[in-house]
Amino acid sequence: MKTLKKKHPLAIRWFHWINFPVLFLMIWSGLLIYWSNAVYRIGLGSYTLLTFFPERFFQALGIPYHLAKGMSLHFFFMWFFVINGVLYVAYTFISGEWRYLVPNRHSFREAIRVALHDLHLSKIEPPPRKFNGAQQIAYTTVILMGAGSLVTGIAIYKPVQFASLTALLGGYQWARWEHFWLAAGYVIFFVIHFLQVVKAGWNNFRAMVTGYEIATMSQSSSEKPNPRVLAKGTL
Amino acid sequence: MTNKREERVDEHDLNVERIMRSKSRRSFLVMGGSAAAGVAGWEWLTTRPQAGGLSYPLRRTLEFNEELAESYFKEARLTPTFPREMAGEPRLDGDEGLSAEFDPSTWRLQVMGAGEARTVTLEDIKRLRRIEMTTEHKCIEGWSTIVNWAGARLSDFAAAYNLATRSGTPPDFRNRPRDLVRYVGLETPDGGYYVGLDMPSAMHPQTLLCYEMGGRPLTLAHGAPLRLVTTVKYGIKSIKRIGRITFTDERPRDFWSEQGYDWYTGL
Repeated sequence: MKTLKKKHPLAIRWFHWINFPVLFLMIWSGLLIYWSNAVYRIGLGSYTLLTFFPERFFQALGIPYHLAKGMSLHFFFMWFFVINGVLYVAYTFISGEWRYLVPNRHSFREAIRVALHDLHLSKIEPPPRKFNGAQQIAYTTVILMGAGSLVTGIAIYKPVQFASLTALLGGYQWARWEHFWLAAGYVIFFVIHFLQVVKAGWNNFRAMVTGYEIATMSQSSSEKPNPRVLAKGTL
Repeated sequence: MTNKREERVDEHDLNVERIMRSKSRRSFLVMGGSAAAGVAGWEWLTTRPQAGGLSYPLRRTLEFNEELAESYFKEARLTPTFPREMAGEPRLDGDEGLSAEFDPSTWRLQVMGAGEARTVTLEDIKRLRRIEMTTEHKCIEGWSTIVNWAGARLSDFAAAYNLATRSGTPPDFRNRPRDLVRYVGLETPDGGYYVGLDMPSAMHPQTLLCYEMGGRPLTLAHGAPLRLVTTVKYGIKSIKRIGRITFTDERPRDFWSEQGYDWYTGL
């Protein structure tokens, strides 16, 4: 027997969907800025595995020579990113929604089980809670990364007025490096998040838009199903 | 009996799906509408009339950020300094205003302040208290280099020549800040490069009229005979080969802010 189940509050859905284009524009304008001094790589000593980014990548996306535009967009959308993020965190605390999101001492073990299941190495299904351990860790981490982007961003935006913050992060160039890798982290998060949403299916995705998902209840009880009561009770 | 029950369950399930469909329709319409509004907002933002090479809402935002930054700017906050051994040479990045026909031997600094215009020699500036500092020179492109600089504070210069005040009397930053003019404008002798500074940044103790780099007189490429060095701005404000300094209430023109960059660029 099917039933409607409230999943995501309206406010959370707005925060989520506002953040999506805003974070995209922050990363995009960040790339326009980064191009002017594109010095980061993955490598050891003189051996370079990957440069960030190859010239072809910049060319293909039309990134070169847009530093001024990148900065003006970055310093415009930063307000939306920060305000939306702060309101989101405040809301999760006030509403108690944080209880579903913050990992507990079981989350880590559970996250490993979920990962093994998702990689088809284990048949144990993830728990049917709103967010399993892997999700709790991922969603909390990405919020902490947001705070990290804000802090490292301030450190490179105003390194004299906030000199002690910049020093705490290892200095101006380290703060810039940290700011860059946090942005790269969002891209990795996004790819995994996207694949997981595709895998979880339509009912799950629809819940982030409508707030509701259809749950299937076992029909072992002898109670007579009454659609109106059920619908009312769960709406 | 069983059939009847199953029928009721089916009916219930259909009802649930019907409610879900109507909810979905509404939510996806709201979402589609919001996405369309977002796209329209982006179109609006990027197609406004230009102000200094930027669509004006972005320019206004930079100016809003500037006002905010000015409100927490403190002259007492200094850039960290480094041991002199760590100092290197900043890279040469653009030569606007550094035309080939320039004779340092006939160079004079033209100064416009509250009183009459005057000219000042390098020796005059060297008579002011010499300040040496080893600081991180930060380019707006994102690189930075630790450099050892020496010169006179712009604030000492302004005080010595009574330049920074409307009354033409010696500036008193603490007791009569309202007597200070609002800006300082600096240009190369050929007028090919020019920058504007807000007064608090111009009077910052780490804003120098610089004549030495790494313990040696400046080379032409690095701005001889006299350049500005300020640690509270990106390098674009540290103009080389200063020809004219103007103390003014009018916001001075600024080379890079005409090309879409922030006028303030305060660090």
